[in-house]
Amino acid sequence: MTEQTTPSAPPKMAARHVNVFYGDKQAIRDVSIEIDNDHVIAFIGPSGCGKSTFLRTLNRMNDTVAGARVEGDITLDGENIYDPSMDVVQLRARVGMVFQKPNPFPKSIYDNIAYGPRIHGLANSKADLDVIVESALRRAGLWDEVKDRLKDSGTALSGGQQQRLCIGRAIAVEPEVILMDEPCSALDPIATAKIEELIHELRGRYAIAIVTHNMQQAARVSQRTAFFHLGTLVEYGVTSEIFTNPREDRTKDYITGRYG
Amino acid sequence: MPEHTIKAFDEEINRLRGLVAEMGGRVETALEDAMAALVEHDNDKARRVVSEDRKIDLLEAEVEKLVVQIIALRAPMANDLRDVIAALKIVGVVERIGDYAKNIAKRVPQLGAHPTIEPLSLLPAMAQVAGEMVGDALNAFAARDAALAEAVVARDHVVDSFYNGIFRALLTYMVENPKTISECAHLLFIAKNIERIGDHATNMAEMVYYAATGDYLPERGRDTGIES
Repeated sequence: MTEQTTPSAPPKMAARHVNVFYGDKQAIRDVSIEIDNDHVIAFIGPSGCGKSTFLRTLNRMNDTVAGARVEGDITLDGENIYDPSMDVVQLRARVGMVFQKPNPFPKSIYDNIAYGPRIHGLANSKADLDVIVESALRRAGLWDEVKDRLKDSGTALSGGQQQRLCIGRAIAVEPEVILMDEPCSALDPIATAKIEELIHELRGRYAIAIVTHNMQQAARVSQRTAFFHLGTLVEYGVTSEIFTNPREDRTKDYITGRYG
Repeated sequence: MPEHTIKAFDEEINRLRGLVAEMGGRVETALEDAMAALVEHDNDKARRVVSEDRKIDLLEAEVEKLVVQIIALRAPMANDLRDVIAALKIVGVVERIGDYAKNIAKRVPQLGAHPTIEPLSLLPAMAQVAGEMVGDALNAFAARDAALAEAVVARDHVVDSFYNGIFRALLTYMVENPKTISECAHLLFIAKNIERIGDHATNMAEMVYYAATGDYLPERGRDTGIES
């Protein structure tokens, strides 16, 4: 690992010496990293390197995987998210997630967004909820395209619109961190560009971490890049540096297409 | 360095490096021939240097095209990106060096026989050093040799001192032999051309160092101590 920036304020999320096991198999080895509002962080690396596993430990998605075990500290605003007192449902509202394949609920566009705020009790009235839905859809860059058909099914939208709907759904519960696991891999270039533009606009308001296999995408959307290989964090640094002058040979071989 | 998973990418990079090497070789020859033509009063050789320059220009255009193609189609990263950018910048510089050699060659027929002008004897030695710097900078690019690139940069002052010495000698000579002023003016321009070749070799070496290491050489003083 090379450059580690040290922000003056405590980081939004911090992982310290994290190990993750699936049964006997260790998937993550001693990873320490910080995620903050002022930069989008991209996790890159070959398949099986642990980048998605690591992303999922950040909102305890691995809890549901039998035999998965996490060691080390992961904190959100200084609070250990694996502490027994942590409410996992609450945690996942604060640390939202967007998946590879758009997965809207088989409900209306409106209800897709309204679902989270309803169960988290964020709206006191229908009018409140309308405001939340509009605001989330606007921030997801989808409002103008769907405002006249909020009652239509979310699944009737195009793939790119569905993915923005899912981002809107994550935003609606006012998260602090948004995790994205290859959010564009099922989208065409135009839909991808819209998501990337959206990521750019959401930066600063939320701490964003994105897993991507597309190196150009990592270069385009992130300000920090972390390269994982065989479960270890090989190199972490400023994106423009990682892509022009990586310090580690393994990083260089991977991003220049010489890996394996 | 390990090969790219995509073999065609390696082939393109190798072709690019080959073109840069070929262009560099032609420019080294142009400088040597221009100086030989000057010393031997060989007008035919001088004309050949001038006409051969066109091939150097064509090679530059070919490299530019290939670089644009590689950037567009391969999206090179890290050391590949630095290599490709360095190649693009280097051929621009090499083309300039070719022009200086051509300019020297063009003056040969205008000089006539001039065995009496004593400062002329310093020019071949000066050109020798500048030519070696060009050759070493090109070799450093070919071998990705940062140490060799650094050594080129460190030698620039030798060419500068040559220039300052020749400048003073020619001024003195012109004062004492006003009939030779026109020839001496040509020689002064030739000396200046060689001095610029040294500067360009230095620039090239700085690019090679960056391509090889990803770091910039510490900034040198921009005041190079050139008298004119």
